[in-house]
Amino acid sequence: MSYKNYRLKTFEKASLCRNFENEVFKRVNEKIINFPVYLSAGQEYVPSSIAQIVKDKKQKPLIFGQHRGHSIYLSFGGNIVELIDELLGKKTGCTRGMGGSLSINSNKINMFGHEGLMGSNACMGVGACFSSAKPTIVFLGDASVEEDYVLASLSWAAKKELPILFVVEDNNYAVLTKKKDRRDWKAKDVAKAFKLESYDIDDQPKNIFSVLKKNLFKKPIFINVNTKRLFWHSGAGVDEEVKGDRLTLEKKFLGKKAEKIHRNIKKKIENLWKQRLEK
Amino acid sequence: METTLREVIKQITFKHLKKFKGQVFGQNLTGVGWVAGTLPKLYEKDGVIELPMADVANGGMVTGAALVGRRPFYIIRYQGYNWLNCIFIVNYACKSKEIWNKPAPMFIRGLSSEGGLGPVSTSSHISIFYKMPGIKIYSPMTKNEYTKTYKKFMKSDDVFYVSEHRKSYENKIEFKNSIKKNLDIILMPISVTRFEAEKAKNYLNNNGYKVGIIHLYELKPFVLKKKWISMIKSSKYGVLMTDNDYVDGIIRTLAHKINEQTNKKVYVLGLKDKSAGYTLETSNFPPSALEIINKIKQIKIKKRV
Ligand SMILES: Cc1ncc(C[n+]2csc(CCOP(=O)(O)OP(=O)(O)O)c2C)c(N)n1
Repeated sequence: MSYKNYRLKTFEKASLCRNFENEVFKRVNEKIINFPVYLSAGQEYVPSSIAQIVKDKKQKPLIFGQHRGHSIYLSFGGNIVELIDELLGKKTGCTRGMGGSLSINSNKINMFGHEGLMGSNACMGVGACFSSAKPTIVFLGDASVEEDYVLASLSWAAKKELPILFVVEDNNYAVLTKKKDRRDWKAKDVAKAFKLESYDIDDQPKNIFSVLKKNLFKKPIFINVNTKRLFWHSGAGVDEEVKGDRLTLEKKFLGKKAEKIHRNIKKKIENLWKQRLEK
Repeated sequence: METTLREVIKQITFKHLKKFKGQVFGQNLTGVGWVAGTLPKLYEKDGVIELPMADVANGGMVTGAALVGRRPFYIIRYQGYNWLNCIFIVNYACKSKEIWNKPAPMFIRGLSSEGGLGPVSTSSHISIFYKMPGIKIYSPMTKNEYTKTYKKFMKSDDVFYVSEHRKSYENKIEFKNSIKKNLDIILMPISVTRFEAEKAKNYLNNNGYKVGIIHLYELKPFVLKKKWISMIKSSKYGVLMTDNDYVDGIIRTLAHKINEQTNKKVYVLGLKDKSAGYTLETSNFPPSALEIINKIKQIKIKKRV
């Protein structure tokens, strides 16, 4: 696939995630959804870019996400209606109404649920990868990568040369505590010390594409991707206006074609929500 | 020569690796006495995996292995390390079937040991696993019990915690329950205290007491058999339970369950509520036969007055 095509396909995925999250935002405000919800709007380019690369490579990895997982689920092809139902607490949801927002899973896309201890998915992902020898992706946050057990998992993945990709969606925040108030090291440097191939990049699809195209699932790779969270840590609200989020920038760059895609997806998602709410 | 429990555990492990392509995870497995001689001398290519010294992460990594269906054995060489190792097992592996419909069957071998090993490594620490949903707990001290536990695991998709005791590895005998109506008291010992409870029972029965014994090794789920209930109900003083975990641990919960179903007093003896040191004087030992005998004498005297 040409890079141009990849970029448009990635936009399509990211647009699906953004429109979905905007709908969830509304439902939380309307108090239709009453449990803690972790919106990923603003960060969707990370899973979307990776999912598109994985799709092009015809791989079906095991996926271990953490609490902010809607965009991971949607980017990799999780069933949209089942995610809506899950957020509405229905038995027909992807996790039979048990998963809320934080603990969603999908057998269809090999996505394992998260229990709530941030970073635990790094351990589970490494163990599953080791024991199955299947390609595996672990999504973390810039805070969870500070957990001692995450660091231990990186170390063992490197030692065993596993076909695994660690992705840090670095939005700079642990709830509302900034990275500079928590540590003086870069995740990439620590990963490198463990002898992982490691990168620190922003969430332009071009960057993600270029660091993954050669060695993805051939050896353990660690990427710290700088991105922006648009909404509150949990629930529906805005802490501060964020300028220049990746989706907006890409839409502008890709022009009319992208705008049309975005509009169509918006309509489709709005209709799906409406239908499920009426059920 | 009759085989020991040690030999049986080794054979089961060998079969699990070779026939069922399972895996065995743990720290310091290959060498350091091969887990008190219970592990066959095999290596990573055979499925015996040396984990790093990262106890918290390790519990999670073995959970990952369980999620992809390798039915791992997970060896925790001293149960004191349960405190670190249990985190992702109880919070993920044990809940995974119920929440995500993805079972994570694993067979945890937790080794407990004698006193004299300080505040952490002394004795059993299974109470921390006990209260969590989705776990099954056994404490086999004999060859038959261990074999039955393993067979159950292979038919199940649950997390099994198998609480072993180093002192039982040389054991060749099987224990028998001995109960009838109208006893003075019934002993219900757990884990290594079963050896001392047997001695206490024999002594007491030779000295004018009528004491029965029910050996407990299936701890969770805990089922009181109908026959046991009626024998306990007909006893004069109820039950004395013994364990080598702390006295305010699992044993109190079990005692309460028995009390609820029989309306009889259930006394408990376990590790004392104090930190353990390393000498005979400072350690914290499980109840000895003498302590059990003294406790029963005390109960009887108290009841008379
Ligand atoms: C072990 C543990 N400690 C603390 C928390 C509370 N907590 C929930 S989310 C969160 C911040 C996570 O930040 P990060 O990993 O960067 O992900 P993000 O929320 O930014 O997506 C914290 C501290 C938790 N869930 N688990």
